[in-house]
Amino acid sequence: MTIAGFFFYLFAFVTVASALMVISARNPVHAVLFLILAFFNAAGLFLLLGAEFIALILVIVYVGAVAVLFLFVVMMLDVDFAELRAGFAKYLPIGGLIGGILLAQLLLVVTAWTVAPQEALKIAEPIPAASLVSNTEAIGRVMYTKYIYFFQLAGMVLLVAMIGAIVLTLRHREGVKRQDVATQVARDPSAAIEVRQVESGKGIG
Amino acid sequence: MAEFWTDYGFPLLIIIVQSLGLLVSVLLVVAYLLLADRKIWAAVQLRRGPNVVGAFGLLQSFADLAKFVLKEPVIPAGADRIVFLLAPVVTAVLALSAWAVMPIDDGWVVADINVGILYIFAISSLGVYGVIMGGWASNSKYPFLGALRSAAQMVSYEVSIGFVIITVLLCAGSLNLTEIVRAQDTQFGMFGWYWLPLLPMFVIFFVSALAETNRPPFDLPEAESELVAGFMVEYGSTPYMLFMLGEYVAITMMCAMMTVLFLGGWLPPFDVAPLNWVPGVIWFLLKLCFCFFLFARVKAIVPRYRYDQLMRLGWKIFLPTSLFMVVVVAGVLLFFDLAP
Amino acid sequence: MPLPAFQDLAPIYPEIFLALASMALLMIGVFSRDEDNPSVSWIAIAILVATGALIAGQDAGARELFDGAFLADDFGRFMKLLILAGAALAIILSFDYLKTAKILKFEFPVLVLLSTLGMLLLASANNLISLYLALELQSLALYVLASFRRDAVLSSEAGLKYFVLGALSSGMLLYGCSLIYGYTGTVGFEGIAAVLENTDRSVGLVFGLVFVLAGVAFKLSAVPFHMWTPDVYQGAPTPVTAFFASAPKVAAFAMLIRIVQEAFPAIAEDWRQIIIAISVASMVLGAFAAIGQTNIKRLMAYSSIGHVGYAMVGLAAGTPSGVQGVMIYLAIYIVMTLGAFACILAMRRGDSDVEEIAELNGLSRNQPMLAFMLTVLLFSMAGIPPLAGFFAKFYVFLAAIEAELFWLAVIGVVTSVVSAFYYLAIIARMYFQEPAADFEPMTAKVRFVLGLTGIITLFLFIPIQFLVTAAETAAGSLF
Repeated sequence: MTIAGFFFYLFAFVTVASALMVISARNPVHAVLFLILAFFNAAGLFLLLGAEFIALILVIVYVGAVAVLFLFVVMMLDVDFAELRAGFAKYLPIGGLIGGILLAQLLLVVTAWTVAPQEALKIAEPIPAASLVSNTEAIGRVMYTKYIYFFQLAGMVLLVAMIGAIVLTLRHREGVKRQDVATQVARDPSAAIEVRQVESGKGIG
Repeated sequence: MAEFWTDYGFPLLIIIVQSLGLLVSVLLVVAYLLLADRKIWAAVQLRRGPNVVGAFGLLQSFADLAKFVLKEPVIPAGADRIVFLLAPVVTAVLALSAWAVMPIDDGWVVADINVGILYIFAISSLGVYGVIMGGWASNSKYPFLGALRSAAQMVSYEVSIGFVIITVLLCAGSLNLTEIVRAQDTQFGMFGWYWLPLLPMFVIFFVSALAETNRPPFDLPEAESELVAGFMVEYGSTPYMLFMLGEYVAITMMCAMMTVLFLGGWLPPFDVAPLNWVPGVIWFLLKLCFCFFLFARVKAIVPRYRYDQLMRLGWKIFLPTSLFMVVVVAGVLLFFDLAP
Repeated sequence: MPLPAFQDLAPIYPEIFLALASMALLMIGVFSRDEDNPSVSWIAIAILVATGALIAGQDAGARELFDGAFLADDFGRFMKLLILAGAALAIILSFDYLKTAKILKFEFPVLVLLSTLGMLLLASANNLISLYLALELQSLALYVLASFRRDAVLSSEAGLKYFVLGALSSGMLLYGCSLIYGYTGTVGFEGIAAVLENTDRSVGLVFGLVFVLAGVAFKLSAVPFHMWTPDVYQGAPTPVTAFFASAPKVAAFAMLIRIVQEAFPAIAEDWRQIIIAISVASMVLGAFAAIGQTNIKRLMAYSSIGHVGYAMVGLAAGTPSGVQGVMIYLAIYIVMTLGAFACILAMRRGDSDVEEIAELNGLSRNQPMLAFMLTVLLFSMAGIPPLAGFFAKFYVFLAAIEAELFWLAVIGVVTSVVSAFYYLAIIARMYFQEPAADFEPMTAKVRFVLGLTGIITLFLFIPIQFLVTAAETAAGSLF
């Protein structure tokens, strides 16, 4: 067994095992931590494929940002998993039935699996050859040219998501003091302080 | 078997030796930077700082190490034991593992990977987990508040750090750290390093690095006047030491990043006779120490930000500015056909 | 591979214009410092009209862009004009409602524009990736619009329900797309069709098609993926419901027609069965479930489910005249629906909306004009000649009969008769019951929409040939 093979099985095993733990952990925070572990090992699998750029982007985006927010929310919410599981038994028969049908269909699909011959060729010879450009460059070459339309469209989707988040959550509360740096900086002594001549023994009335 | 040895065993051994060498030197550097931090801080406040252990207190860090290691670790009754102990380990391991791709001289790097800068960015963005896990597992209010603050803070400033890195990448045309340093090797000497052409980004990077590593004036996760010691309240002895170690290694890492991205890494200021005799690693160390000096000075002289000011700075000033600069830099490179 | 030059992008100019204009509008809204600025809505309408003009001004014939991801053809242009009309009328309907509900925010027209952009791109999507992205752009904006009245429980519920189920259906669609891609090795519609021409269809591909159709049926609110419709229609703010019932349906139909006609003509027998089943189920459910409704927005939801069923009859025929029938149906359907929603918006007392059907009692004595218009629209929906709705049904049933789907046409006619029952029940309430309290007088904008749609419904039989020819040309571009 080669080292690559060993690492493949290591990453694959840990990915699957931690994915299982994500859904079976009793503590939701532990579940998220296992999710992070699963992401990490998935990134490892990408590395083994030679897709270093995607591997690290996976870590940066999913582990570094998305999962942090997950963890944030899960910690703040008082999720009672026992209560959630109470409904589980009720829906088990119908859920199991649908799951079973889906599984049977998938098995049918998998048994009918053939790789289209022209696709096998594409896998064998990426264009341009992988040895000529780093895969970051390879992605960059097509992302902004061939796939510019999808790229821009995805950008529009994110714009809508941002507008939506702001529309649905932003509330301008009354009576909140906000810092206005410009006014603070623009203040000079003449506006802020007043020098008075105080007569001795009188004080300021 | 012999084949196995030459194919895997021998390279593995080399990697282990290299890593150990790097690890030991990083830890040594960190030990003295820690001392320097305290000395500079003391000097600003007209104190002497640590001066008892060894000459001028030179062995202070090692005395601290011995003290932390020999103490009994205390785990609070309500804590989540595994996560509680995992948190400092995560912090320290992540901080140290980022060094694997850092070139300290031309070719002196453990792993010369193509996406080195992404790797460091990824690892440094994971630093937040140590903090969150520690704060949550302590099962106590102050640590938890500290952890939440830190999570929001680190995620916010990561965004602008990412954009700063992109501008550097645009100029250098590579994600490999060695290549980025080589791209700064121009006829202009130190004025060709990216700190000058990308001066606004250098400033943003420096300030964001302070926030990303929870250094003053952005040390709100551990603001002692409100949260005692933030996420580290419940920690003592070795776990506490690991947190501190991780934090300082991360700070050193940020200094090294500034060195590589903006200050020309191992390059001498000018490629002339006496200067280019000095080995690159010395230049690297000098630049790193200079950056750390900036960190230490800021800690000593700048008052702490308020949390809303911190968020305002990150989202309303740095993010738009760095985004704008990405556009400007890309536009200039394209317009004058300077892109590599 | 070089970036396409700007002048090569001419087929997508209208969409680019719409995208840039809506972003500019967003900036205007943000920086005008006037949260409830009605001029933003007017500009939005102007943008929609301008986009429509750009689309109408394009040269006839089909042109591809971006490696076939985007296809501008006559079919797409027809659908796009319908979508733009629906969106513009929905914005006109929204002005006064948003003001009285105190949710007049500039984001509303901007979101409508962005979701319209998604619909236009959907009508032009010619491969699975652009289809999915355009669909998400459209849906995401619609989720937000559904819960736009965020302080009302029903509206939040509508948004959440729509979002969760919509995400599920998107997942199904995507799963289907991945299966199709896996079994054909391409995402482009022509490519898929070419693979299917040359090879036998595999089971996996059919599963993929089924999943895609399920996802599309959800967006169309066709049975059995209709469960969300009544709740969302009831909960969402009324102008938003009007928008939901018009433009997105057209876009979803454009997507459905394009998928089945461009990518899967070779296995027409397979998808026609599914379409027929969905069509029958939708017609039957739309007719029978609407009978017991007391809330007029829920009633409209079931009515729209039924209409989707009728429109699908044309598609089930799988012929050019069938697609032509669907397009005529959709054009007439959005006119009738927007008219009906204008009537619902006119049902106001004081500051609150009235949505119970019983409140329409004796409307003919209080507001004879409103009652007359609603009567016209309802008769048209029921398919009474010579109103527009009759022609809509006539052409789809004709196509079904030509394709020898006699029993499908029969079911369609029978369910039409059943649905006529509840439409007539409303009309009877308006004319033969004791009057309830009077409504507020209609506002000018609502009156405009109601008048426009009412006149079209009444007098469409005069220029019907024009619509039929346009639809025929458009449908012809697919075959």
